[in-house]
Amino acid sequence: MMLKTAGTPTHGRVGERVPLVDGVEKVTGRAQFSADILSADTLVGRILRSPCSHGDLVSVDTSAAEALPGVVAVITGDVCPQPFGILPIAENEFALARGKVRFKGDAVAAVSAVDHQTAERALGLIKLEIRELPAYFTPDDARARDAIDLHAERPGNLEREVHYELGDVAGGFEAADVILEETFHNAEVTHVQMEPNATLAEYDPERDRLTVHSCTQVPYYLHRALAKVMEMDQAQIRVIKPFIGGGFGARTDALNHELIAGLLARAAGGKVMMKLSREETYLTRGGRPETRMRLKVGVTGDGRLTACACETVQTGGAYACYGIITVLYNGAFLNSIYDLPAIKYDGYRVYTNMPACTAMRGHGGVNVRFAFESMMDLIAGRLGIDPFELRRRNLLTAPTETINGVKINTYGLPQCLDWVEQASGWRERAGKLGPDRGLGVACSHYITGAPKPVHWTGEPHATVNLKLDFDASVTILTGAADIGQGSSTMLTQTVAEVLGVDLGRIRVIANDSAITPKDNGSYSSRVTFMCGNAAIEAATRLREILVEAAAAKLDADPKDIDCTDETFRVVGSQDPGLAFKEVVTEALIASGTITTKGNFSAPPEYQGTVKFRGSAVGPSMAYSYAAAAVEVTVDEITSKVTVDRIWVAMDCGFAINPLAVEGQIQGAVWMGLGQALSEEVQFQNGLPVHANILDYRVPTIKDTPPIEVEIVETIDPNGPFGAKEASEGAIACISPAVANAVANAIGLRLRETPLSPDRIMAARSKQAKA
Amino acid sequence: MTEILEPTVNGRARADAVAGNVLLVDYLREIVGLTGTKMGCDGGECGACTVLVDGEPRLSCVTLAQSCAGRDVETVEGLTRNGRPGAVQRAFHEKLGSQCGYCTPGMIMASEALLRENPQPTEQEIRDALAGNICRCTGYVKIIESVFEAAAHREAE
Repeated sequence: MMLKTAGTPTHGRVGERVPLVDGVEKVTGRAQFSADILSADTLVGRILRSPCSHGDLVSVDTSAAEALPGVVAVITGDVCPQPFGILPIAENEFALARGKVRFKGDAVAAVSAVDHQTAERALGLIKLEIRELPAYFTPDDARARDAIDLHAERPGNLEREVHYELGDVAGGFEAADVILEETFHNAEVTHVQMEPNATLAEYDPERDRLTVHSCTQVPYYLHRALAKVMEMDQAQIRVIKPFIGGGFGARTDALNHELIAGLLARAAGGKVMMKLSREETYLTRGGRPETRMRLKVGVTGDGRLTACACETVQTGGAYACYGIITVLYNGAFLNSIYDLPAIKYDGYRVYTNMPACTAMRGHGGVNVRFAFESMMDLIAGRLGIDPFELRRRNLLTAPTETINGVKINTYGLPQCLDWVEQASGWRERAGKLGPDRGLGVACSHYITGAPKPVHWTGEPHATVNLKLDFDASVTILTGAADIGQGSSTMLTQTVAEVLGVDLGRIRVIANDSAITPKDNGSYSSRVTFMCGNAAIEAATRLREILVEAAAAKLDADPKDIDCTDETFRVVGSQDPGLAFKEVVTEALIASGTITTKGNFSAPPEYQGTVKFRGSAVGPSMAYSYAAAAVEVTVDEITSKVTVDRIWVAMDCGFAINPLAVEGQIQGAVWMGLGQALSEEVQFQNGLPVHANILDYRVPTIKDTPPIEVEIVETIDPNGPFGAKEASEGAIACISPAVANAVANAIGLRLRETPLSPDRIMAARSKQAKA
Repeated sequence: MTEILEPTVNGRARADAVAGNVLLVDYLREIVGLTGTKMGCDGGECGACTVLVDGEPRLSCVTLAQSCAGRDVETVEGLTRNGRPGAVQRAFHEKLGSQCGYCTPGMIMASEALLRENPQPTEQEIRDALAGNICRCTGYVKIIESVFEAAAHREAE
């Protein structure tokens, strides 16, 4: 299949700094999030959660709760015998626990009541009988010989183990002059999207219809899960995504509170608002899993990578969720950034009695990058090569194909390194900042959408509809989920560019399954590429119809007609041309309301050209690239790391909206900073200690340095106007850049995140004793 | 104890029957019907619920509604006049100080409070004033730029 992008933009609508098309709603407080949809007849939904980390659920007695005046429905796992899960091969979660509870916080029962106080009282009246089982909070404990399986079908508490070799690994290590082997550790970090989870479900028993408003990044997957779990026909379900307050991966699969809201609404025969507390939001899903990684890298005397072996253990939590994908990405992201000819990967995704870890910005590519970029600096130090120079000696040359079957067409990493080196004053300043101050560099990358969809149903990966009617307004109908990244704005700009009209002529209607076409959702940074390309196709079809009508009226050849700034003209002519509305009126004569459609699917050759078990994870239409330099000061007494400045360059192919792209890069960098410095999920005996916004320490505005962003554009041949992703590529370079900067500052390297004061102090004491 | 609460909300006098344990945020959202003010945490940690009470920034999730008897309460909706966003709102929109929009009302109210007291703040003063408002999207860079932009244009209001 020949892909074509829309070529060089000529109408001034893309490549422009455009405030978000739904920004006014947000700043005026008019934007309606799920918990803002209020009406007098809505019941309050609450969940009763397991106080036990692991146990057999012997009985749930809801009789006293049901008898409480004001309680309209109480449900348990009896009402949801169908398991769910994002991956068709790993559906082992129930909306409400059946047979077992697997973490403190696991949902066991739910009530709907007329108000908060009644619902709370009702929860207190439900009696649970749980036969406790041993619980496991570390992979080693969960994998012990006598450990009890969390899931009978996953013996040894292993969701997946991955083993493969690409290239000649033994030969590569043989050819190495220097081999380094190190162990790295990353604490779990989590999303902390500012909007706590909330879902409004309405069930109409007369029509057997369910309508759900929810804070989801993936309305389509939610729709499928609702149908499965509630044993309803998908046609009877309508899923609407209101404004949502961030996702970052926390909402990339159907969440149990969403399914419980649906079940409660049906049990009550009405509307149920399920608002989760912040603590409950933490309990719904874990984040980027705790990771222990052993990395062995071989290089020649002049720093050329020859081979790498990586063994990873991920602490996965209690349910399957995206686990298989995360452990596969950890291996896949060893590739596609440097010229690495041989890789051995062994990965283990382990069940533990904590909330199930899901995808989180950068997915399995982040922790492996911490290890690898730290390793690059260790190699640089061992060989006496400058860290920038070492990376430059291992760059790819695009176009190329990697050993794991990934096609890379554009590769802006060299330009990113050049800019960062220059902007940070690296050559003059590195190692010369004075005591306790340092500079560090690291690189990272990310996929632009996973080209193999979760469900292999054969449909297009993205569809966009356009509607044009008598009023000459253009409506974009899309399933693309705007989660704050600006996808609706991107689509508006894209369609305006192709049509040659003002942004104000276009409206976006998104994410109402009764109205808008299906889209797989906002994850793996697929939306700009896939929905953007679909929008270009739909707009091109619409443009052809309008140009045809204009040409007839102007008595000209359609090939000579262009619409610029809302006027159709013969190109090069001085004639006034035809106003957009005139042409629309003309075009409608033949057909009435015009609707066009555009599709996009990733061609098979981008779904992986090398086949091995798990090889579908990793390939992409395009990769983004980033480099960052970080300047730090380490306090002599407290060992607190202050990041003084960050310079980051990112190759996103083409910035359709440079304003939004900058914002996304800054946000990604900052989120990486949090993992580097202070964020850490902590459990004690399975009880979350971190589940609020003080103990889980995201950087405040006072902790955040200036972040200077440079956008590098390599114009990808397959991307819409050359665009690749811009939201996830710059996160993974930050933790290693900080670790590298700290090593530069105090001569001490931490191989773990966060680089918190207590860890640095411990390392300093250890070094002092040695 | 339920009492008739009579604050002014966004310039309008109100009289509502409100129980003694009702939080200001819930009063504003569920009784007055202004859902612009958001809950982001389990109490007092994130700043998303920031409103102004007699011009001072307050966390409405740890403020009892009844404590606002006779006081002037302002929410983000109140900064819009006849559908036109105020200077701070406009700046956050144009400079992309808002991405997902959830922290935005609280961030805007905290910024408004700052600018009323200190119309030309330094960057450090902006950081100090917004230290209690958490954003997970922006990395704060464009929030600071938005406040500077608002400061530059506020006189025009």
